[in-house]
Amino acid sequence: MIDTNNCATCPVHNIGNLKKLGINMKDYNYVVALAGNPNTGKSTVFNNLTGLKQHTGNWPGKTVTRAEGGFEYNSSKFKLVDLPGTYSLLSTSTDEQVARDFILFGQPDVTVIVVDATRLERNLNLVLQVLEITDRAVLCLNLMDEAKRNNIKIDERQLAKDLGIPVIPAEARQYVGMQDLINAIFEVTSGKFVCKPYRLKSKSKELNYAIEKLTQEIKQAFPDIPNATWVALRLLEGDQSIIEAVRTGEIGNIKLVNTLLEEKELEAERI
Amino acid sequence: MTKIHRQNNEAILSLANNLRWEIGENFHDKLMESIYANATTIAQKSVTTPVVKPRFSLDRALDRIVTSPVLGFPMMFLVLAVIFWLTIEGANVPSAMLFSLLIDNFHPVLKDFAFTIGLPSWLGGVLIDGAYLAMAWVISVMLPPMAIFFPLFTLLEDFGYLPRVAFNMDNLYKRAGAHGKQALTMAMGFGCNAAGVVAARVIDSPRERIIAIITNNFSLCNGRWPTQILIATIFIGGAAPAYLAGLVSAGAVVGIAVLGIVLSLVVSWALSRTVLKGEASAFSLELPPYRPPRLLRTLYTSLIDRTLIVLWRAVVFAVPAGIVIWLVSNITIGGESIAGLFINWVDPVSFIIGLNGVIILAYIIAIPANEIVIPTILMLTVLVTGITGVGSGDGVMFELDSITATKDILIAGGWTLLTGINLMLFSLLHNPCSTTIYTIYRETKSVKWTLVSTLLPVVMGIAVCFFVTQIWRLFAGF
Repeated sequence: MIDTNNCATCPVHNIGNLKKLGINMKDYNYVVALAGNPNTGKSTVFNNLTGLKQHTGNWPGKTVTRAEGGFEYNSSKFKLVDLPGTYSLLSTSTDEQVARDFILFGQPDVTVIVVDATRLERNLNLVLQVLEITDRAVLCLNLMDEAKRNNIKIDERQLAKDLGIPVIPAEARQYVGMQDLINAIFEVTSGKFVCKPYRLKSKSKELNYAIEKLTQEIKQAFPDIPNATWVALRLLEGDQSIIEAVRTGEIGNIKLVNTLLEEKELEAERI
Repeated sequence: MTKIHRQNNEAILSLANNLRWEIGENFHDKLMESIYANATTIAQKSVTTPVVKPRFSLDRALDRIVTSPVLGFPMMFLVLAVIFWLTIEGANVPSAMLFSLLIDNFHPVLKDFAFTIGLPSWLGGVLIDGAYLAMAWVISVMLPPMAIFFPLFTLLEDFGYLPRVAFNMDNLYKRAGAHGKQALTMAMGFGCNAAGVVAARVIDSPRERIIAIITNNFSLCNGRWPTQILIATIFIGGAAPAYLAGLVSAGAVVGIAVLGIVLSLVVSWALSRTVLKGEASAFSLELPPYRPPRLLRTLYTSLIDRTLIVLWRAVVFAVPAGIVIWLVSNITIGGESIAGLFINWVDPVSFIIGLNGVIILAYIIAIPANEIVIPTILMLTVLVTGITGVGSGDGVMFELDSITATKDILIAGGWTLLTGINLMLFSLLHNPCSTTIYTIYRETKSVKWTLVSTLLPVVMGIAVCFFVTQIWRLFAGF
C-alpha cells in the first residue's frame, strides 16, 4: 500500500500540486489575505503564488488598491488578496483603509503577514495587532537574503512558538520558501495546524476588563460582527466614525461592509 | 431599526463612555506602548543582530550622495539625463527599421491589395491611409523608446531610487504647500500622466491629492517626448554649431522637463495659497534598502505590463484619429477642405502666440493621444503649403525618413526657430490627453476639478507662448 503521508511531505508531489490560477478564481474554497508593512514584498509573494504579474517596485505605497488572484493546491482553491501596506490597524489614515477594512471585515480564512526580516521588531507591531483580531494567520519572514547579508540571525522556531502561528522564512524575489508558505496556508485553512495566536500581555487589568466587557455587549447586540474586539478598542478610543456606525446600527450590517468592499474593488478594476 | 435596538446601541455607547473614563485618557498611548513592549520582547528572544555594526555600509554611502543637499539634485538630473539619452540614442535604429517595415514596405502592399480587390478609393483612404498609417506610425515611433525607457525606469524603481527622489523633493513641495509624495506621482507622470493621476492615491489629504492631480500634467509624458526630441533636433540643434548640436538639443529637452517640474511647484504653490488653502501635511516615508534589481524579471514585466499596454492604448486612439485626419482634409466645403478652412481661420490668432493654425488643429485632433501630434502637423503642413512630391496624398499621415526633409517641410510651412520653441513649450503646456482627462474625472469624481486640470495648462500655454513671442519679436524684430 502506498503511504500517502510520505507523498504529501515530498516536495516533488507538492510542486506538482500547485496550480497558479491567475485571475480564474471562481468557486474558491478559502480566502487568503496578504497583509504587512509597506514594501515588505507582498506583491512579489502574490505574483509567485498566482502567476500574475502585479507591478512590483521598491517603494512603499506602490500598491494602492487590492489585487486578487487564485491558486489551487491539494485540490483546494484559494483566493489570494494582495493588500496595500499598512503600519497599523489602529490608525485612521485613508491610504491604509483598504487593507484595514479587508483584514477586519473581509473575513479572510487565513491572513498571511509578510514581514521584513531585517526590521522584525518594528514589523511585529502590526503582526501583534493582526493576531489580536484573528485566530488564523501565517507569518512570512521575507527578505531573509537581506537579513543574512546584514548578519541578522532569526530563530524562526522560537518566533513561531512565541507567536503561536507558522513562521516561514522566505526570499520571495528568488521564489525561496514559497512552497513552505503554500503548505502552511493549506495546513492552517484545513485545520491541520491550529494557531494559538499570541495575545498582548501587560495590558492593565482595567483595560482587559473594559475590552472584555464591551466586546461582550457588542457581540450580543451585533452577533454577525466579525471583529467585536476591534470595535470595542475603537469605541474606547473614541473613534467618531465607529461611534456613529454603532449608533445607527450600521456596524452590525456586515453585508453593507462587504458591499462597500466590492464597490471599491470594482472601482479599482475599472482603472 | 427598531426603538429597542436603538436603545441597545446607545447603551453600548454609554458603557464605552464610562469605561473610557475608568481606564484613563491616555488609553491609546498605553495600548501602543504595550504593543511595542511586547514586540520588543518577542524580537529579542528570536533575533540575533551582529554585535559590531559593519563599518562600511553601501546603502548609507549611496544615500549620503543621492540625498545630499548639494549633490542630490544634480544627481537626479544626471540620472534622468542618462535615461533619456539612452532612450533617444537607442530608439533611433529600431524605430527606423520598424518604420521602413510598416510604412515603406507594408503600406504599398496594402494599397495594392485594396486596389486588387476593388475597394472603393474613399474606403481604402480611410482604412489604409488613415487608420493603418496612424497605427503604424505610433508603433514605429513609440514602441522602441518605450521598450527602452520603461525597463530602465523600472530597474531604477526596483533598485529603490524613487523614494530618494521623493525625499529630495519633499522640502520643495512642502514649501509649495503640497505633499512630498507628489514627487512620486510626478515621477510616474514622466511615463504616463494617467498612471501618475492614479498614483496620487498614495496622498491622504484630499486637498493635496487634487493639487497632485492637477499638476501631474506638467510631467512630460511618453507621448510628448518624441515631439520634444524632434523639434529640439531640428530647430534648436540646427541653430547651434554642428559639433554641439546633439548636446544642445538634448539640453533643450531636459530644460523643458525641468521647466515642467518648476511649473508644477509654482502651480502647487499658487493653488495652495488660493483655492486649495491649507497646510502641508507631514508624512513618513521609509527609505527602503537598495536592492539589486532583477534584470530579466524587470525586463519581462515592464515590457508586458507597461510597454505593450501603453502601446495598445496609443494604437486604439491613433486609429480613429487617423480616420479623422483623412476625413477633414478630404471633405471639402466650397472647394476648400475643412482642415484648410479651419487653419486659415485660426492662423491670424495663432500668429500672435507664435504658433500657427496647423499646430492648433493638430492639437485638437490629437487630444486622444499626444503621440500623433507630429505626424498630424506634417501632414497638415503639406496640405496647406501645397508641397508636392512628399507623402502620398491628402490626409496621409507620414513621417519623413530624414530629419532634413522634415525640416524642409516645416520651413516651407513658415516655421522659424520661434515656432519650434513655442511648439516645445505648448507641448509641455496644453490639455492632458483624453485618457488622462477621463482618469482625472474617475479619481476626483468632480467635473470642476476635471475642468480645472484640463483648462489650466492650456491657458498657461497660451500665455507663456504669447509672452515668449512678444519678447522675441521685440528683440529679434521678426
